[in-house]
Formats: sequence, structure tokens, C-alpha cells
Amino acid sequence: MDKNEKYSLADLVIEHALKSGANQVSVNIYENRSNNIEIRDQKIDSLKESNQSGLSISLYVDKKYSSHSTNRMKKEELFRFVEEAIIATRFLAEDEFRSLPDAELYYKGGGSDLNTFDPKLDSVDAKTKISLANQALSEAFGKDDRIISVSSYYSDSITNSVMVTSNGFRGDSGNTRVSLAVTVSLKSLTGRPNDYWSENALFLDKLKTTDIGKKALERTINKIDPKKIISGKYSVVVDNRVAGNLIYPVYGALLGSSLYQKQSFLIGKENKPIASGLLTAFDDPFIPSGPASRLFDDEGLAAVKRPIIEKGVLKSYFIDNYYGRKLGMKPTSGSISNVIFNTGSRNLDELIGTLNKGVLITGFIGGNCNGSTGDFSYGIEGFFIQDGKKVHPVNEMNITGNMNQFWFSLAEVGNDVNENSSIKIPSLMFKNVDLSGI
Amino acid sequence: MNLKRREFIKISSITAAGSLIVPPFFNSCKGVRLSDNAESYLNHFEVTKDLLQKVISAAMEKGADYADLFFEHTLENYSSLEDGKVNSAYSNIGYGVGIRVLKGEQTGYAYSESITADAMLKAARTAANIADGTAVVSPVRINEFISPSYYPLKTSWEDTSVKDKIPFIQRMNDNIFAADKQVIKVNAVLGDSTSYILFFNSDGELAWDYRPMVLLYGVCIMEKNGQVENFFVGRSHRMGSEFLTNELIDELSKEVVAKTSLLYSATKPKAGEMEVVMGAGESGILLHEAIGHAFEADFNRKNTSIFSDKMGQKVAEDFVKIVDDGTLQGKRGAINFDDEGNPTEKTVIVNNGILTSYLHDRISANYYKVNPTGNGRRQDFRNIPIPRMRCTYMENGPHKRDEIIASVKNGVYVESFSNGEVNIGQGDFTFFVKLGYLIENGKLTKPIKDFNIIGNGPQALADMIMVGDDLEINNGIWTCGKDGQGAPNSMGIPTVKIKKLTVGGITV
Repeated sequence: MDKNEKYSLADLVIEHALKSGANQVSVNIYENRSNNIEIRDQKIDSLKESNQSGLSISLYVDKKYSSHSTNRMKKEELFRFVEEAIIATRFLAEDEFRSLPDAELYYKGGGSDLNTFDPKLDSVDAKTKISLANQALSEAFGKDDRIISVSSYYSDSITNSVMVTSNGFRGDSGNTRVSLAVTVSLKSLTGRPNDYWSENALFLDKLKTTDIGKKALERTINKIDPKKIISGKYSVVVDNRVAGNLIYPVYGALLGSSLYQKQSFLIGKENKPIASGLLTAFDDPFIPSGPASRLFDDEGLAAVKRPIIEKGVLKSYFIDNYYGRKLGMKPTSGSISNVIFNTGSRNLDELIGTLNKGVLITGFIGGNCNGSTGDFSYGIEGFFIQDGKKVHPVNEMNITGNMNQFWFSLAEVGNDVNENSSIKIPSLMFKNVDLSGI
Repeated sequence: MNLKRREFIKISSITAAGSLIVPPFFNSCKGVRLSDNAESYLNHFEVTKDLLQKVISAAMEKGADYADLFFEHTLENYSSLEDGKVNSAYSNIGYGVGIRVLKGEQTGYAYSESITADAMLKAARTAANIADGTAVVSPVRINEFISPSYYPLKTSWEDTSVKDKIPFIQRMNDNIFAADKQVIKVNAVLGDSTSYILFFNSDGELAWDYRPMVLLYGVCIMEKNGQVENFFVGRSHRMGSEFLTNELIDELSKEVVAKTSLLYSATKPKAGEMEVVMGAGESGILLHEAIGHAFEADFNRKNTSIFSDKMGQKVAEDFVKIVDDGTLQGKRGAINFDDEGNPTEKTVIVNNGILTSYLHDRISANYYKVNPTGNGRRQDFRNIPIPRMRCTYMENGPHKRDEIIASVKNGVYVESFSNGEVNIGQGDFTFFVKLGYLIENGKLTKPIKDFNIIGNGPQALADMIMVGDDLEINNGIWTCGKDGQGAPNSMGIPTVKIKKLTVGGITV
């Protein structure tokens, strides 16, 4: 289906739903093509090609609400699907807060091209993709006697979608993504350490294709024979590759649904300090070729650049249309786009250099955060640092604390943003953090 | 992107309740349940045996060793309650066929969401490219596989309307509010799914299955002196709507209120290594993370598991016996045959403390020259089957629960969990404890909550120094994530003592 065919089908489905008793309707139609290639020890392990499409629909029927999705795209089947869904919706209880967003909040067109679609990607042949994966693998394969397995992964994805609502929204978007990764496993005395490195981009010709295998191997070698250290309060530096993990619970606590369900440790904190003054972050949907750039969100709300945290002070929640109505708050958006953090002046090595005795965290494993209280506890791995230098790798330890206090212990932010993620976060240093080990 | 980690997630976040919606009563396109024979499934997918043979021939035309077709039609419905009313629904229909081609250990995969001859032949020829020769394949004799019935149904979800489901969800809400004045919010969700599966392969094996699944959960949120606490309880089974009874609803409501109330007296444990007693039932998460994943044969075939060189070796005390079982009737992890057509079974992975079997899919069974164990599973027709656990549990040991607790001077007892994870190569595993107790001088004392425990798989297995005689299979809503695919699991364990794990707590 091309764009116009998707719009026509969406219009037909909406018209049929309104005729069948719905008061308001929203329809999204998408198509996705993707390729996944895995090479292991110089041999193709798997080749996978995906082509999928689907339609999702939200129905508002006499103050009652339901939503549905299907991949059976024939018009006659969709019509029957919608009719059955409307009948069933009538059995639900009324919810006065359910209705489409106010039309004035919608994106109305005219935005500049955010350059999120690589038109050339679809015509790249399998040979080229396999050779990229082979080349990444060759940087690690056979390069160390301790290697027991090296795999490389190429994947790409092309998505096109349109969205139409019965109260006037029409929008379409196209996104491409390509990534290359290598994983390495080594034999050692204490186990089979593994690590990976990956690069991704929206355009194939912007993808960094070198040093992936090399970095994966280096990182794995550095992890050989880790040990845990004694429990206590330490200064920690969190590598920019994984620092985003610490932001997710904060994001969860900013969602309208969390506020309404009292599952947020940030209720009533707007315009109040929630973190050290060193922390500033913006939600910026308009970065050219940003991994999460967009002109409108998944409800059609026009995208806005807004501060989330400014010098440690909370500036904005993420409120979707439904919970906005329930909370009596103006909708912002129900989801983040690109999150851009302000940076400091020193890089990761310089931050490590300032630690007399501490831990560099390079990975999290398991753990969770209680959304209501902010109490968290996560498994970690990384390196023990003494006098500014890596002494040995550490593993099998936990970091424990409470989000409300933890972010005030932020002591410095690095200048090294993780460009591979939509969460553009630098390495972070925290003081006085509880680590559990021996 | 973290390619080596296996995450295990129980649906327990309250935000999930906002996004999962209650569904209407979609049923299959034929509107009636299929009778239990091959013809009805062939008709359901509008295919013939001849067409299946043709597609397999196309998949094998470049000289592959093996090919299979996995047809799936899944109907899912969710109904959810917020603010005292069942006021939203969500449903989904997934339909298509996955075509897999094997050449040695190599896999070619493609799928089609349209089940027509042209679309299937195109997908088959794409998947066929994993091989690079030529071959002429003549049709093989078809053997119909009559599957056992590990999930007999009384009433299918296709015959159960949303109207019949609502009163049970409502009852849970009303029970919880009635039980305690501190309750400020309740969320509840009922989800059911029905899958029609038709399988055919280049060995001529033809199999079919009708797979029901149900999950039900409630979240209780209390507020007391400004302090908000919440707890989640859920159940899941491969059952029809006979699952829904007032007794079940009452049991779940009671449990969720009691556990939420307990959190108000709970503290955090001290940080560091200590003795850990795992309560019977839900603590099966330990087996899943610490041991189960590292026994999945794909990791061992690739030599990347910490257990890769341990087959036949002593890995635990004599009284340790661990199994992975797909045959437990009505369990979430039960399956009549796996997603590559192999019969399921009860696989003993550790017996008398000795590692006896990995969990195999077709590729690894072939590699190790052993019989498949029926662990080749996939999330849906869009995904390649890989070795996955079913219901993983430990059989009873010689000790008594009381005796195990009494043996601990200073330690923790853990019984409710939200999630876990493992690193296969180094063997580090974790699980997050929602609720437990301190053990002081052989007695359970203060409740404790919200902390992570981390350990090392082989070490923890060797450190299981006491095993109780009170095995309990847990029927929680466990979904295991691996290579981006979710799979439903069950788990169980008797009360077990581990000499030493690292508890994420507070340092003084």
C-alpha cells in the first residue's frame, strides 16, 4: 500500500465505524519491512525477512471506549471487525473522560522535513548487508586465543504509517533504522564473559561500520575474571551507554497514568527541585534525523520542544489526552521523543580520574524501582577504581537507593553524550551511593 | 541493545493497566470452534495438503536439509477496570504463516500475513536462500500427529462474551475496596487468547493444536498517612472460561489486600552476602534465571553458556532434582507439542545433583545427536523457534520448611517477586524481591521489600544446601523474554536454602 492507499483505507474504515454507531474514531495503518542477519564464526547463522502490516482503531461509542488491532487488512473483513467491536464496546461501562483530543491540539501540517527516512535503504541488496556484518565480525574473529564465539548482527527496518481521526487529524510518517552489532564470548577461569558493541543510524550511509568488532572484543577482554568488593558507600561513575537506565524510572514517574494511579514518586513536584542543579534535560522532537524525532505523537498532538528538568527543577510531566482530562491537566504528550541532556566539561576518563575509591558502572542487570516510593535496587557490573585508575572488573553487586534522594547526589555530568540512543545522556558521577557486594 | 541478556518480566506495572484494555468477543473467522481433526484446520487456513507439499518443495529447492510451515491464527481480548468500572477493552487478531528452512545449523526465515499460494511460495523462496545449491524435492508421505491434551477445555474463550467476563473483574474490585478502608485505587485486567496452530514439515509431519490462555490480575493501591503502597497479584493458565470462579476472585482479592497492608511495616534489609531462604512456589524464579537459561542448548551449542562444559558433571547436592515439564495440565507453561512439531515431555535437567540434559530445539538436538526435548518455541509465526523453558521446577528434597528457617541465624526469607535477569556467560543472575522477611535467630521477623538479589548460577546451584518437601507450582503471569521474543512460563520450587547470595540493601 502506498501512502494514498493507506489514507483511503483509513477513511473507509472511519466512515464505516461512524455509520455503525461510533461517535468518534481514530485509525492508524502501518507497514513495516525488516531484515535481520546473524553471522556466527564466519558462517551465516540466520537470515530473516519480515513484511508486516496492520491496522489499529480506537472506538468511542456512547461514552464507552475500546481499541483493537488486526493484520487482516481486507476491506470486508475490516468492516465486520469494526461492527463486532462496536457491539462489544456497548457492554462496557461509561467513561466520561474518553474522547478524542481537542482538534486545536493536533498537528496541522506544514512542519519541516525531519529527515527520518532513508529512501535508498529498501533497494540495498542482501549481499551488501551480509558483507557489512562479515566485516564487523572480522575485527574480532580470530583476534584472541581466548575467543569461544563471535557473532555479528545486521538489522534494518522501514516503517510507513498514516493516522486519521474522525475529528480532523491526518498525518503520515516514515522511519528507517539500521544497526550493526558484534557480541564476543571469551573463555576464562571464572566463566565465559561476553560483551557487545553496536552502532545504529537512520540512514545506511550515516552508519558507523568500523571498530564495532574491535570494541566488542576489547570490552569483553576487560571483563575477564571480575570480583565483587566489600559493601559500602562509594562514588560511582555511570557510563553514558547505560546511564539512560537510571532515567527510565524518572520518566515512568512523569507519566499522567502514573500520577493518576499514585504510582509516581514525583506527584506535586512541578517547579520544585527533584535533582542536583547540574541536571538539565529537554524533550526535543525536532532534531534532524533524531532517532525519536516526530512532528506529532501517537495521538496526533503537535510535537513541542519543552524542558523536562531545568537545573534540577521539574518543569514538565508527560500527560496524554485521557489522563489529562482525568487529572484536569493540559495534555503535553503521553510519550518522550529525543531527550537531550546538558553536558559538562570532562570526558569519561577524566571523571574516572577524579575517583579516589569508587566504581565505574558499565552495565545493569535486573532490578526494579517501586514507582510509588522511588525505592530502587539494580544489579551492576563495571570496574573498581582506585586513585583514578581501573583496578579490576566487578560483578555480582547491587546499587540501592531512593530516586528522590539519589538524583541530588549527582556530582558531575560528563561531556560525552551517547549518540546511539534517543536519550542523549552523558556519563554521570554520583557521590555516596549504597553498593552491596561482599 | 543488549544481546546477551535474558530478561524475565512478570506483568506487574500498574501503568500496564492503563494501556491494556478490555476486549469484546472476537471469535475466529469461521465463528465456530474447530473440531479436532486435520481437515478442519486445513479448512480454517484455506489450504490443502497439496499446497503444503508445494510450499515445502519451494522451501527446499536450493538444497536445504529441512523446512517447516507454522500457521497461526490468534485472537486476544483484554478487559480492564479502572475507577471501579470495567471501562476499556482491547483486542488483537494475528494471522499468518512462518516458513523456516534449515541447512545444518543455519536458518532461513520468512513469513506471510496473507495465506495464499503466491504469497507462501514467495516467502518460501526467500527462506530457501539460506542454502545455495539446487534440489528436486518430491512430496513425502504425510503423518498426522495426534497430540495429547494437556489443556482440555470446558468452555472456549470464543464462546465467552465480554458480558460474561465483566462480573468477575467487578467482583475483584468490590472485594478489595470492601476489605480495607485504606484502599484508594484498584486496577484489574482479564486477558484471554485463543490460538489455532497448524504445522507441517519436510518430514511429512502434520500437527494441529487449539491453544487457550487466560491471565487475570489485580493491583491494590493503599494510602496511609500520606504513604502510598501497591501490590500486584495475578494468575494464568491454559484454560477456558471455567477458570473464572468466585472462589478464585475471592482468594486473589484477599491475598492482594493482605500483602499491600504488610508493606507498611516493611523495611529494607542490610546490604551484602547472607543466607537466603527461598519460599516455596514463586521462588522458582531462581531456577529459571540461575539455571534454566544457561541450560538452553543454543547457548551451549555456541559454547557461550557457563554450563557448556558441565554435562554429566556433579553441579549440586545429591538431593537436587530439577525438571522442565511441558505436560502439567492447564499450566501456563504447558504445550501439546512445541512450535517445531516435536512432542513435549518432562525433561530432567539435574538428577541426583548431576547435569543430565540441556533443553533442546531441533537444531541443537541434531547438533548433539540426541532426541529433541520439545523446547523449540516461538512467540508467534513472525519468529524463529529457539530453545525455551516451559514449566521449570525442583522436586521435593529431604528437609522441612520449619527446619530450614530455624537453621538461619541472620538472613532473609523471600516469597514475592516482580522480575529477574541472567547473564548466560558469566552466570550472574538477579531477581527483584517485592516482599520477604528478615530471619533472625531462626525466626521470621520484620517484613522487607523492594530489593534486588544477585548471585552466580553455578555457585548458587552448588550452594543449595537444604531443600524442603513442600513443592508448590506457581501459577503467576510469567513471561520470559529472549532474543526479543516473549514466551509464557510456569515455575515452582519447594522451600530452599542457599548458603550465600548478595542482597541489595542499605549499608550502615
